[in-house]
Amino acid sequence: MVPISAYVALASVLFILGGAGVLLRRSPLVTLMSIELMWNSANLLLVAFSRQFGSHDGQVFAFLVMVVAAAEVAIGLALVVLVFRRRERVDLDDVHTLSG
Amino acid sequence: MMAVFVVAALVALAGAVGVLRARQPVHSVLALILSFGALAVLYLSLAGEFMAVVQLIIYAGAIMVLFLFVIGLLTARLDPAEKGPEPLRGQVPAAAAAMAVLGLLLAGAGLRAAYAPADPAPAAGFGGVRAFGHELLVTHVFPFELTAFVLMVAVVGVLILVGRRHA
Repeated sequence: MVPISAYVALASVLFILGGAGVLLRRSPLVTLMSIELMWNSANLLLVAFSRQFGSHDGQVFAFLVMVVAAAEVAIGLALVVLVFRRRERVDLDDVHTLSG
Repeated sequence: MMAVFVVAALVALAGAVGVLRARQPVHSVLALILSFGALAVLYLSLAGEFMAVVQLIIYAGAIMVLFLFVIGLLTARLDPAEKGPEPLRGQVPAAAAAMAVLGLLLAGAGLRAAYAPADPAPAAGFGGVRAFGHELLVTHVFPFELTAFVLMVAVVGVLILVGRRHA
């Protein structure tokens, strides 16, 4: 039986890696993938605690998180396509058209 | 059970590191699929059969194919963004410091919650499709309906954003 603290530690490390990807990578596609990584670490925690307390609520909520993540990816990729249409090469640190 | 956890956790971590370190976005997608597969195995080890199947179908299947399409459409022949000069100086140490602080906070909060009294053996059928479906469509039917609305708004938004011809 694996203790739940192991799952908590793994999810924390995955979340940190995803956050580092968001902060460090300059390609918008890789940044979106890092955000997916963070969603998934949260999902892992939800499923782990759902198992811990013998309640389905965590799994249902993880499922809803997946749906929202899918919607976010659709919108995010549409925005990426729009930005790529306007510029040749996209560097996130370089995109400041919206700054006032 | 412990061996399964260790192997799956190592594969998931390797995939996450691969996402960060890959030069080409395509390699990031492949590493991310590896990570998602390992997470599906972890869901299975947590009595989340339905979640494991959905993880493979939605994430490793649909969403990653979407990423591959966009990469093939837009950036397959471009140099990666990281090859240019760095506009913001010193982001690597700043990100490392920020993530270290966040990691300490997360580990502290999470591990404190992890030592609550556990229910060691879930009921038979826990996490299966039947039990999960009952929970989703009977107990939590209102959030379920709301997600349908969220998905519809997202699809309409994507159509408005990308679908215009002469914007």
